[in-house]
Amino acid sequence: MNKEEIIQRGTVVECKPRLLNDNTMHYCPGCSHGVVHKLIAEIIEEMGAENIAIGIAPVGCAVMAYNYVDVDWIEAAHGRAPAIATAVKRLNPSRLVFSYQGDGDLAAIGTAETIHAANRGENIAIIFINNGIYGMTGGQMAPTTLEGMVTSTTPYGRRVELNGYPLRITELLAQLDGTCYVTRQSVHTAAAVRKAKKAIRKAFENSMNGLGTSIVEVVSTCSSGWKMSPEKANDWMAEHMFEKYPIGDLKDTVK
Amino acid sequence: MEDEVRLMKGNEAIAHAAIRYGVDGYFGYPITPQSEILETLEELMPWETTGMVVLQAESEVAAINMVYGGAATGKACMTSSSSPGVSLKQEGISYIAAGELPALIINCMRGGPGLGTIQPSQADYFQATKGGGHGDYHLIVLAPASVQEMADFVGLGFDLAFKYRNPVMMLADGIVGQMMEKVILPPQRPRRTDEEIALQCPWAVTGKPATRKPNIMTTLELDPVAMERNNIRLQQTYALISENEVRYDEYATEDCEYLIVAFGSVARICQKAIEEARQEGIKVGMLRPITLWPFPYKEINRLGKQVKKILVVELNAGQMIEDVRLSLDNNIPVRHFGRMGGIVMDPDEVLVALKNLINE
Repeated sequence: MNKEEIIQRGTVVECKPRLLNDNTMHYCPGCSHGVVHKLIAEIIEEMGAENIAIGIAPVGCAVMAYNYVDVDWIEAAHGRAPAIATAVKRLNPSRLVFSYQGDGDLAAIGTAETIHAANRGENIAIIFINNGIYGMTGGQMAPTTLEGMVTSTTPYGRRVELNGYPLRITELLAQLDGTCYVTRQSVHTAAAVRKAKKAIRKAFENSMNGLGTSIVEVVSTCSSGWKMSPEKANDWMAEHMFEKYPIGDLKDTVK
Repeated sequence: MEDEVRLMKGNEAIAHAAIRYGVDGYFGYPITPQSEILETLEELMPWETTGMVVLQAESEVAAINMVYGGAATGKACMTSSSSPGVSLKQEGISYIAAGELPALIINCMRGGPGLGTIQPSQADYFQATKGGGHGDYHLIVLAPASVQEMADFVGLGFDLAFKYRNPVMMLADGIVGQMMEKVILPPQRPRRTDEEIALQCPWAVTGKPATRKPNIMTTLELDPVAMERNNIRLQQTYALISENEVRYDEYATEDCEYLIVAFGSVARICQKAIEEARQEGIKVGMLRPITLWPFPYKEINRLGKQVKKILVVELNAGQMIEDVRLSLDNNIPVRHFGRMGGIVMDPDEVLVALKNLINE
């Protein structure tokens, strides 16, 4: 039997979204980026928004996000995506504008841009991938790296007296008057993926409804950076990351 | 009403001219001596008339990246700052140049280095003309010498920026920014419609219609062969600009035996010095580069064959003098006279420097 015979019209219950193209992803096996990319492609498709969607890609592992999701994209300098998204949305208010950023991009070098875009209540959605490590550059400490966590720049584990504390920037952003929806999700189980999809869709809808800034943090795995199998990384994340970064809504003014 | 003569500061003229040109977005951060640009725009509220977006950013870094984002959508976007702030913008300027995006950046120069002074200077000539940010790129650099040129160069800057898809810097200084002069503002033009932008800027990131592939604005290219190709394309653009866009002004050069080269407000001071020198029978003229990049190498080479000696006058320790020397293929003496740290020379000092050179 060939593929066409197995998959009959009407029997497909799940398929690759049309906007997710066939380019081979550079992400490592087990990486959360691929799942979140797929969700974004699905949501844009379901919203019928591909002709108005403008994504702002970060510097980090998702630097080439534009190679995989077939909408218009701008590749930002490291950390500057929220500033770029600000101008794009203000100059093109009818567009669906979202940034896609990692923890180093959003919570270290881009802290000022993140906080001020959110505080102005820019009508943008910020998708924040937090895997507690710099993946692209080879596994250095991130602002969100857990205490004691081994990275290439904390080879004996992160020590707060040297490196400070893991930064819960999402909690901080929830305090700002400009944010309307701040939530923390994950994509390590089927149920979690469904919830994360709902959250991202809500963030996109909020920005189109002019309600302010929405932030969806996705606590993620980096099996290469963490030096674990994908399965082990999922377990490790649930066991350790969720303690510091608990899953759930931090703020929702749009209930 | 369009030809009404108004009295205003150079910084204010920039704000008025930007609205009248139909600029889509201004993003800035306060810094002396150019804050009047942002202040005037906020006061004029162009979002209620032309629909222009004006935003005070959280930093110069954010402001230039807002320009990058706005320009990527095909909109006419600008920012302004002064020397320390322009240093902060260099990363974004490099990205804008790499992205081949049209944009206008104004540097109303003050004395440095470091936090320096709020008084006028021309010490950012190297930064503006030789790069500033990382990588092989050039800005088109316009040097206004009057409030009228501050207004006119907004339109000229955007015209050049869109013609060549290259960022333009207006390299002004605290003198032309702060002084009040008569100015005739350009007529009000409407901002371009989204349809016009889609037509003029097919590369613009506007949201993908079903009729085209995604537009991606990126400056990343990991394949060295493709990246070299990008660089070659940039260099071809720069060659074209160098060939077509050199602008300069000559004053009393027909019979001159000595030449002064000066740009911006300093050229006005030198003009006065030349008037005094001529009364004393010294045959001196001036070439004022209006574009600092591309630089008028050929024109200075031509005058270098006519005159005996050249004096370069700048508000710095000697920066443009290097380009003047590069222009020449003979060995006539070229000397520099400058003041630094925010001190502006008066015409008498220029005259003394000129006489010293003549008597050398």
